[in-house]
Amino acid sequence: MHTTAPKAELKAPPPANAAPLLALSGVSKSFPGVRALHNVSLSLYPGQVTALIGENGAGKSTLVKILTGIYQPDSGEISVGGEPVHLTSAHKAFEHGITAIHQETVLFDDLSVAENIFLGHAPRTRFGTIDWKTMRANAREVLDTMHAGHIDADARLRDLGIANKHLVAVARAMSIDARIVIMDEPTAALSAKEIEELFLLIEFLKSEGKAILFISHKFDEIFRIADRYTVFRDGEMVGEGLLADATQSAIVKMMVGRAVDHIFPEREPNIGAPVLAVSDLSHPTEFDGISFELHKGEILGFYGLVGAGRSELMQAIFGITRTSRGAISLDGKALHPKSAADAIEAGIVYVPEERGRQGVVTGMPIFKNASLPSLQRTSKSGVLRLKEEFDLARRYTGRLDLRASSLSQDVGTLSGGNQQKVVIAKWLATRPKVIILDEPTKGIDIGSKAAVHGFMAELVAEGLSVIMVSSELPEILGMSDRVVVMREGHIAAIYDNKNLDAETLVQTAAGIAA
Amino acid sequence: MKSLAKHREVWLVVAIAALIALVATRFPGFARLGNLATVFNDTSILMILALGQMAVILTRSIDLSMAANLAFTGMAVAMLNSAVPDLPLPLLIVSALAIGLVLGSINGLLVWKLDIPSIVVTLGTLTIYRGATFVLSGGAWVNADQMSPAFINFQRASLLGLPVLSWIAILVIAAFWLVMTRTPLGRSIYAIGVNPTASVYAGIDVGRTKFVAFCISGMVAGLSGYLWVSRYVIASVEVANGYELSIIAACVIGGISIAGGIGSVAGAVLGALFLGIIQSALPVINVSPFWQMAISGSAIILAVLLNARGEREQGRIILKKAEAA
Repeated sequence: MHTTAPKAELKAPPPANAAPLLALSGVSKSFPGVRALHNVSLSLYPGQVTALIGENGAGKSTLVKILTGIYQPDSGEISVGGEPVHLTSAHKAFEHGITAIHQETVLFDDLSVAENIFLGHAPRTRFGTIDWKTMRANAREVLDTMHAGHIDADARLRDLGIANKHLVAVARAMSIDARIVIMDEPTAALSAKEIEELFLLIEFLKSEGKAILFISHKFDEIFRIADRYTVFRDGEMVGEGLLADATQSAIVKMMVGRAVDHIFPEREPNIGAPVLAVSDLSHPTEFDGISFELHKGEILGFYGLVGAGRSELMQAIFGITRTSRGAISLDGKALHPKSAADAIEAGIVYVPEERGRQGVVTGMPIFKNASLPSLQRTSKSGVLRLKEEFDLARRYTGRLDLRASSLSQDVGTLSGGNQQKVVIAKWLATRPKVIILDEPTKGIDIGSKAAVHGFMAELVAEGLSVIMVSSELPEILGMSDRVVVMREGHIAAIYDNKNLDAETLVQTAAGIAA
Repeated sequence: MKSLAKHREVWLVVAIAALIALVATRFPGFARLGNLATVFNDTSILMILALGQMAVILTRSIDLSMAANLAFTGMAVAMLNSAVPDLPLPLLIVSALAIGLVLGSINGLLVWKLDIPSIVVTLGTLTIYRGATFVLSGGAWVNADQMSPAFINFQRASLLGLPVLSWIAILVIAAFWLVMTRTPLGRSIYAIGVNPTASVYAGIDVGRTKFVAFCISGMVAGLSGYLWVSRYVIASVEVANGYELSIIAACVIGGISIAGGIGSVAGAVLGALFLGIIQSALPVINVSPFWQMAISGSAIILAVLLNARGEREQGRIILKKAEAA
């Protein structure tokens, strides 16, 4: 390997008519109740960075999983270097030179840098043992080539920063001669300086003729580093081309413009006095100076990019994350929730985003899940009354139109949509004043979505107040009375949902001047 | 999953019945009701201990210090009895429960407040409690002639045809059944074992619940301390040495998942009975001690294998959901 200076000016201009190194065509992938990808195509060219752009749920992660051999597409073709391939396993993808660098890079913290680079293909001695000397020398050579000579090949990976871990991941890709590098939100956890270093590295990979797929939510990064773009929306490819010919607003339009896939419930908002007031709420690292009010009978939408601090803020209001400053008051009374139990007691409940990890207790029947935060209410003199538990579960799951054979059914055997109904029922059973829903319809089928939306409308009509954190624009625009947009841990703007359009929200969330 | 758990207990009942039938072919007297009652009585202490261990294991923890707690508490009440022979027995039993509770709460506090893994905490306290037993007794034994007749004879008294020891075990089983299936505490113990994160969101204090589980296991270890020294009529530093492994084995055979959240009172009782039968029946039909150990060991591995199967299937269900999300 020879040394190449990773300078932007050395890079050849993208040849317009080069053959793609990787081409997907007509790829579709469905999961029960969810169509993740429909007839999508994508081309990656050698020496070029293609940005994959789309909202959450547009199908980006499914595509990455297909390219890395984790999912098998239902139909469609993939070719690498003009040859059709079948990426039936992660190993197969690896053999075809496809490698992915994730937000949380998959490396081994307790192995050395050299071991991480050569794991699985370490040089051997005559006796079949690992040739440490050659391995170290090769590792140093690869790192030097990448202008990452500052990384000690013998250092334990645990002791490196995230940016250097990315470098090691790239070094690993170089050592296996990967031709296609997928970077999935690589800058999410990096500082500004580290991002600059990553960009130098990407320039280097381009100069080496690698085809790069760059997935990011951040428009400034995309326009800075990428040559081409491909836009996904709701599992379909809706546009592609050279970034030089595109504008930010044109791409935002492609991302959000869509046919309405389901009708949101008609509501007559009857908004009353403020119920929840948050002022100057701050966290050491996640959010700062958050102030807003939630009124009786209101649905307040929270929109923002992933990592804008919305979930962390909600967890703080729910007492699970500690705050450094600021105040919360409920019905005019100051509230200092120290645990979820405090918040539930006060009348605030939180339906978490990760249904599987934070929401349902799989292995327990539906009725036990539904009564979990209400055990004191369903027991008498410390003894649980099963009839009360069943009544409570029946009352609240019934309102949500839960589809299950019986309330004794293990919640783990339900579909995602029905699990979500159980989780929401569980919180309603505590008779809250404020219900916070974090991505309430993420990954659930259309029918369940409509049920959840219809139910939210009923709740506010009954005088509850709802905070809805969502990254789905139609949901934000279709359900909210007002929309709070967060960006990088701050409130960027609060809009009345009158004549509000999707572009405004995306531009505010991404920090693009309109 | 529930039918699977039921299935596991049914399987245990079948295995126990088969074991009894097998022994009965060689020694018909074994299957007589009177003899089975004796086996139950002999296994009572193990059953009580296994139930306490179950409460801890369900919370994704383990209590290795139960046998050491038993030895310390047993020594303490035996010395108390020999020093003050007039002290009424109920007071001694209450102090056994209290001493056990204090030792258990030390485990619980370390796990809760310092967030140290329970296996490390109880490995440490195991040694400390044994050492404390030595310090307390100065290495001396408390023998039968130093114990009061009431102290020794209480558990042997017959009540409605069964020894008091058996009745105590039945009482403990009933209490555990009530707590585990019919109280908010029992529900919380299962919930934090299956999904600690979701439990936090549901307002359950995971650390405090673990603390309470350790208090429970400590209390039953204390009770067993009295039962043990009065049954074998000796209190020494060596009492129940290594018995923590039998307790855990009973739980594992009974289908209580070491990963937490899965297991039942019936399982713990049946697991203990299975071990008890092997230990009492096989010598009767001249099976060598080596084979006894081999059979107990195989039962443990078989039980873990069956549990692992069950859990793996459950994992597959979760994955399918994760894909759709």
